[in-house]
Amino acid sequence: MIEAIWQYEFLRNAFIAGILIGFVAPLLGVFIVVRRLSLIADALSHVTLAGIAANLLLGKNFAYFANWNPLYAGMGFSVVGALFVEKLRSIYKYYQELAIPIILSGGIGLSVIFISLADGFNTDLFSYLFGSVSAVSRQDVWAVLAIACVVIGIVVLLYKELFLLSFDEEYAVISGIRAKLIHFIFIVLVALVIAASMRIVGVLLISSLMTLPVAASIRIAKGFKQAIGYSILFGELSVIVGLLLSYQLDLAPGGTIVMLAVLILLIVIIWKKWKRG
Amino acid sequence: METEYVLKMEHVSFRYEKENVLEDINLAVPKGAFVGIVGPNGSGKSTLFKCVLGLLKPQQGKIYLFGTPIEAFKDWHRVGYVSQKANSFNTGFPATVYEVVASGLAAKRGMFRFFTKKDRQAVSEAIEAVGMSAFAQRNIGELSGGQQQRVFIARAIVSKPELLILDEPTVGVDIHHVQSFYTMLDELNRRLGMTLILVTHDIGTITEKVTHVACLNKHLYFHGKAEEFEKLGEQTLSQFYGHPLQVLSHQH
Ligand SMILES: Nc1ncnc2c1ncn2[C@@H]1O[C@H](COP(=O)(O)OP(=O)(O)O)[C@@H](O)[C@H]1O
Ligand SMILES: [Mg+2]
Repeated sequence: MIEAIWQYEFLRNAFIAGILIGFVAPLLGVFIVVRRLSLIADALSHVTLAGIAANLLLGKNFAYFANWNPLYAGMGFSVVGALFVEKLRSIYKYYQELAIPIILSGGIGLSVIFISLADGFNTDLFSYLFGSVSAVSRQDVWAVLAIACVVIGIVVLLYKELFLLSFDEEYAVISGIRAKLIHFIFIVLVALVIAASMRIVGVLLISSLMTLPVAASIRIAKGFKQAIGYSILFGELSVIVGLLLSYQLDLAPGGTIVMLAVLILLIVIIWKKWKRG
Repeated sequence: METEYVLKMEHVSFRYEKENVLEDINLAVPKGAFVGIVGPNGSGKSTLFKCVLGLLKPQQGKIYLFGTPIEAFKDWHRVGYVSQKANSFNTGFPATVYEVVASGLAAKRGMFRFFTKKDRQAVSEAIEAVGMSAFAQRNIGELSGGQQQRVFIARAIVSKPELLILDEPTVGVDIHHVQSFYTMLDELNRRLGMTLILVTHDIGTITEKVTHVACLNKHLYFHGKAEEFEKLGEQTLSQFYGHPLQVLSHQH
C-alpha cells in the first residue's frame, strides 16, 4: 500500500491534498463549532456544488470551458455564497439562522438546474459529491496547497482576534476590534477550504470533516489551543486512514473518512463516560 | 488645577423605540472616583453603559471619554467593561482562564501582532489580582459563577484600563463571595487609582465602598458623595424612584 503511494502519482496527489485538508478543515472547524456556525459550512458546500455543476454545464456546451478546473468555479460560487450569507444575516438580524436554509436551498436549486441542463449525472459529478482517490490532479494539489498556506497564515496572524470574536462577540466590538472585517475574512476562508476539499471528501461531506473532529476534541480538550490540536489530530487520522481504506476497498473516500470521524467521536464519548465512572 | 473627568455626559437622552429609556442624563465622573449606580430593573442602567461604550448612539446629548467626544474616541483599551451577561456565555467553550484573560489584550496589541513576554506577565498579574491563579489552566466552563465573574474582571483589567465599568457584576455570585469581591474592587480603586463605575442592586453593600452614588430611573436622580447619600435614608430613596427631582450636579 505504502509502495503504491510512491508508485502512482494519483495516489500521491490524493494523500498530499488529503493531509492538507485534514489540517485546515478541522482548524477552521474549531472556530465554526464554538461560534455555532456549523450549518453555514453546509450551506456553502451546496453553493460550491452549484459552481461545479455550472462549470460542467459550460464545459459541455463550450469547448473553451471543458479544460477549466471546476475547483475555481466552485471557489467563486462559494465565496459569493459567503457574501450572501453575511448580507442575509444582517438583513434578518433577529433570525440569523434563516440565512442558512435560504442559501442552502438556493445552492441545491441551482445545482439541480445546471445538472439537468448538462444531461444529468456522470461519474465526474459523483466524485465531486463524495470525493475520489483517483481524481486529484497535480494542479489540484497546488491549488489546495496555496489555499492551505493562506488559511494557516491568516489564522496564525489573526488568532487572538478570532479567539475573542468567537468567545465574546460583544466584548470584541467594545474593545475596538474590527469584528465585521475579521468575521468576513473568516467566512471567506471557510468558503475556500470547502472548495479545496471537494476532490477528496466531496462537497456533501466536507462540513462533517469540519465539525466531527471538533465535536470529539471539545469533549477532552483543556483550553482552546488544545482543542485545535486534538481537532487536527482527529481530522488527520480520519483522512489518512480513510484514504487508505477507500483505496483498498474501492470506496468513495468521503464516506470512509466521515465514518472514521464518527467512529473517533464515539470512542471519545465512550472513553470520557467510562473515565468519569 | 481643574478636575479631570474620565466620563462626562451632558443632556443625554436615548430611546430604543418611541419612549425615552434615558432622559436628560447629566453625569461627571472625576478621575479616581468609585461611582455606584443603583436603580430598579428596566431603569436603563445597561442602556446607559451601552451608550458610554459606543454600542448605542444617543439621540440627544453629548458623551465625553477622557475629554474626547465619544464619536472621535479611539483609545478603547483605556476602558474596561464587565457585562451583565458576562457569565451567560457558552459554558462548553474550550478556553482556559488564562486564554480568556489574555483575550482582553487583543485589541491593545493590535492586528497581526503576537503577545509579548510582557503581555503574558500582565495576564498572570491580572489573574493573580482576582485571586484565580490556582485556576489559570482550568477551562472557564468548569468554574462556579463567582469564579467566572472574577475571570471576566481579570480580562477587563488586564489592559490596565483607567476606567472600569461593571454592570451588575455580583448577580449569580453567592453571598459570602460578594463581600470579598467588593474588597477587590476597592483595592483596584485605591491602589491602582482606577476609576470605577458600578451598577448594582444591593445599595447596602456599596455605600461603604463607593465615593459617589447615583440613582437611575430614566432620569439620573442624584449624583453626589456617598456620605451625603447615606444621610438621605431609605424613605427619601424610595421617593427618588417615584418622581423626578432636580439633578444635583456635583462639582469638586
Ligand atoms: N434592545 C432593546 N430594544 C428595545 N428595548 C430595549 C432593549 N434593551 C432594553 N430595552 C428596554 O429598555 C429599558 C431599559 O433596559 P435596561 O437598560 O436593560 O435596564 P436595566 O439594565 O436597568 O435593567 C427596559 O424597559 C427594556 O425593556
Ligand atoms: Mg441591566
